[in-house]
Amino acid sequence: MSAVLAADVNVAQNVGFYIIAAVMVYGAVRIVSTRNVVHAALWLVVVLGGVAAQYILAAAEFVAISQVMVYIGAVMVLFLFGIMLTRATIGAEDGLNNRGWGLGIPVALLLAGTMIWVIVDEYGGSVIESPDGPMPTTALSDVFLREGLVPFLALSFVLLAAAIGAIVLARKD
Amino acid sequence: MYAVNFLILGAVLFSLGVFGVIARRNAVMVLMSIELILNAVNVNLIAFALMNDSAEGHVFALYVIAVAAAEVGVGLAMVLMIYRNRRSIALDELSVLKG
Repeated sequence: MSAVLAADVNVAQNVGFYIIAAVMVYGAVRIVSTRNVVHAALWLVVVLGGVAAQYILAAAEFVAISQVMVYIGAVMVLFLFGIMLTRATIGAEDGLNNRGWGLGIPVALLLAGTMIWVIVDEYGGSVIESPDGPMPTTALSDVFLREGLVPFLALSFVLLAAAIGAIVLARKD
Repeated sequence: MYAVNFLILGAVLFSLGVFGVIARRNAVMVLMSIELILNAVNVNLIAFALMNDSAEGHVFALYVIAVAAAEVGVGLAMVLMIYRNRRSIALDELSVLKG
């Protein structure tokens, strides 16, 4: 492991990763444990921003920009409007959890333990070599407009249907 | 960069999201936990794209982002409709199908 550390691993990249990952995991814990709905939405901004930062570390800059625009820009505004329109209590609130919420702890621990065991068993010690630079957007568009064209068009219709469906569902009449 | 870094981060975020879906009673908070789960999947997709130096993982991540946006739009519209009809978005009270 030490030989690997000396030769191939970009230490600064790893340190940056660990700092961002610690913030993200803390934010995620706060989302599922806080007693204030608005605070949960704001911690979700922290986690989504951390995900965008990890994308930049992983040389996925186009996806990182899309993440910031779609999630932090659009989805969070939707969430805050949803909280406002369902008149959540301002401030701490009881009854955000189910009666049987304790059941979630062993389920989550079992799931995380199994996945981490499998991941370490398969990829433990293997190192990703540093990419030359960010993934060029032309490479993405090549995939989008060749083998990904049909799912791309289908996804456009899904978005259209979702927008119309949301209007129809939320309309007052 | 160790390969396990991204994958373990994704696994931890996924598990926290699953815990939120199980534990939370407020429908908006369940939707937030689903966002956590989708982002965990996206982190994994980007990590595998980095490992294989391919653009397909990025494209899949963008598909997931678009589907998540559509899901939140429809989900919050449904939550609003339920709130308008029942004055509550507590999921354990929506048990009319249980008989």
